[in-house]
Amino acid sequence: MTALAHVPTGSGQPAAPERAVRSGRYRFLPYLLLLPGAAWLFLFFAVPLFQLAAASLYDPSGSLSTGYALTWAFGNYPDALAAYWPQFTRSFRYAGIALVLALLMGYPLAYAIAQKAGRWKNLLLVCVIAPMFTSFLVRTLAWKTILSDNGWLVGLLRDVHLLASDGRLLATPVAVVLGLTYNFLPFLVLPLYASLERLDHRLLEAASDLYASPVRAFRRVTLPLSMPGLVAGTLLFFIPASGDYINAELLGTPNEYMIGNVIDSAFLVRLDYPQGAALSFLLMAAILAVVFVYLRRAGTEEVL
Amino acid sequence: MTVAHRIGRWLADHWVLGVGLLVLGYLFLPIAVVAGLSFNRPSSRLSYDFHEFTLDNWRNPCATSDMCDAVVRSVQIGFIATVVATVLGTLMAFALVRHRFRGRSGINVLIFLPMATPELVMGTSLLALFVSAGVPQGFWTIVIAHVMFCVSFVVVTVKARLAGMDSRLEEAAMDLYASEWQTFRRITLPLVMPGIVAAALLAFSLSFDDFIITNFNAGTTVTFPMYVWGAAQRGIPPQVNVIGTAMFVIALLLVLASMLRGRRGRRAALRVAAGTGPARRPS
Repeated sequence: MTALAHVPTGSGQPAAPERAVRSGRYRFLPYLLLLPGAAWLFLFFAVPLFQLAAASLYDPSGSLSTGYALTWAFGNYPDALAAYWPQFTRSFRYAGIALVLALLMGYPLAYAIAQKAGRWKNLLLVCVIAPMFTSFLVRTLAWKTILSDNGWLVGLLRDVHLLASDGRLLATPVAVVLGLTYNFLPFLVLPLYASLERLDHRLLEAASDLYASPVRAFRRVTLPLSMPGLVAGTLLFFIPASGDYINAELLGTPNEYMIGNVIDSAFLVRLDYPQGAALSFLLMAAILAVVFVYLRRAGTEEVL
Repeated sequence: MTVAHRIGRWLADHWVLGVGLLVLGYLFLPIAVVAGLSFNRPSSRLSYDFHEFTLDNWRNPCATSDMCDAVVRSVQIGFIATVVATVLGTLMAFALVRHRFRGRSGINVLIFLPMATPELVMGTSLLALFVSAGVPQGFWTIVIAHVMFCVSFVVVTVKARLAGMDSRLEEAAMDLYASEWQTFRRITLPLVMPGIVAAALLAFSLSFDDFIITNFNAGTTVTFPMYVWGAAQRGIPPQVNVIGTAMFVIALLLVLASMLRGRRGRRAALRVAAGTGPARRPS
């Protein structure tokens, strides 16, 4: 899952064995090895994106049964945005809040496993991934049980008056944000762990020998050194979380719907392909913009 | 040092571990609920609360036959997608690590992008392609989609293993007059195998659990996650939790077994290196 951390930039690759380069019969081998996989990705990843772009510019008055005409209807974009602005901003708001919560939980967890767990390290790491072995949807439905009005959690919160006596958790924004936090937390923890595991403990000892307080040592040593994992983990969390609609559907109400719910219904219920395609592209553009700005500010070139 | 001092010191050293364990508890809470609900006889179809203990769900996991059909279909799709994606991805990983060629950065982008693109975008764009090309959606369109998003993860996993491999072992084999094929078969492949197996397991679990991309490309075909999605509106049969628990246990056992094997393998290697263990006869 440390996908982003592994992405090479083309440089820094180990040099291919001399033998393979010199001998002419190897010249076409890499292309033969790459051909099937690259063709698959091109046909079923790249080409569909162009098809989606075309669909987003179809004449909106067409329909699946009468057929669509490509009329370069750029107006689909502002129309879609105007119609679903609340869901659009809500997606990023919920994903952002969930990210902050996930960082508050995930950083200590990754740090504990990497630096404090000793010989239990591998076992604890398995424990981070293990919850993902159960189906995503089944896990999310389990939260429905935990947060239900008759559940012990709501009972407890009502007893200590954190929740009004008729207050609920299920079908509220809290439930949706909690579900997002939960479901994508391992994606954040794993790259963070990979960075923190490499952290040399002697650096922290040196900092404390030089009279740095623990807080200062964390801010000046641990945090900067964990930056690549932090950036990769944040992206691996934020990208799927902002495009998710399962949590909003199962734990929320239409008042909590995110942009994913709208796109799902545009394609599968309302069969309004131009609008669905325009919203998909807007989602991708918005995510790319957020990622780009974030990477510029975080300033780690190692990641991309 | 006073006792209070010592306790304070211990807390300062270990509070992170405590927080970490609490977070792990949070991660496992829903799993415990799923396991618990697999022994539940719900009071009504739409109830999500624990009502009464029963073993019936485990005795008849296929009481709702639709669900078991969906599980079987998910396994079939997962199996085909895993085989295809693992072969394609492994070939690509070999090309990227072992060869220098023009267009490397373009290929890297093509492999990286599917991992960074929201599933929603990949799902809807494939739907748009299949609809405009007039391809009827069903079992095989799901397989095509799953291979597409699994390939990149296979490449990344196998590549990591290949890049960390000591190429001097292969050179030694060649120096000892092994042919290229023999070297590949006897040295390279066994060394890369753990990476390939890990990649295949990852691909299978990604495929088995995928909902969003499948939902847009399934037509009327129902996989296990799609069954759960549909059932969430009509009432979830408790057997869903049996499948969830069983998946968790099976996957956990697989991982723990591979961890133990890895540890035994390392010990054996250490013994051989120390000259105390049974050295394997060269064949």
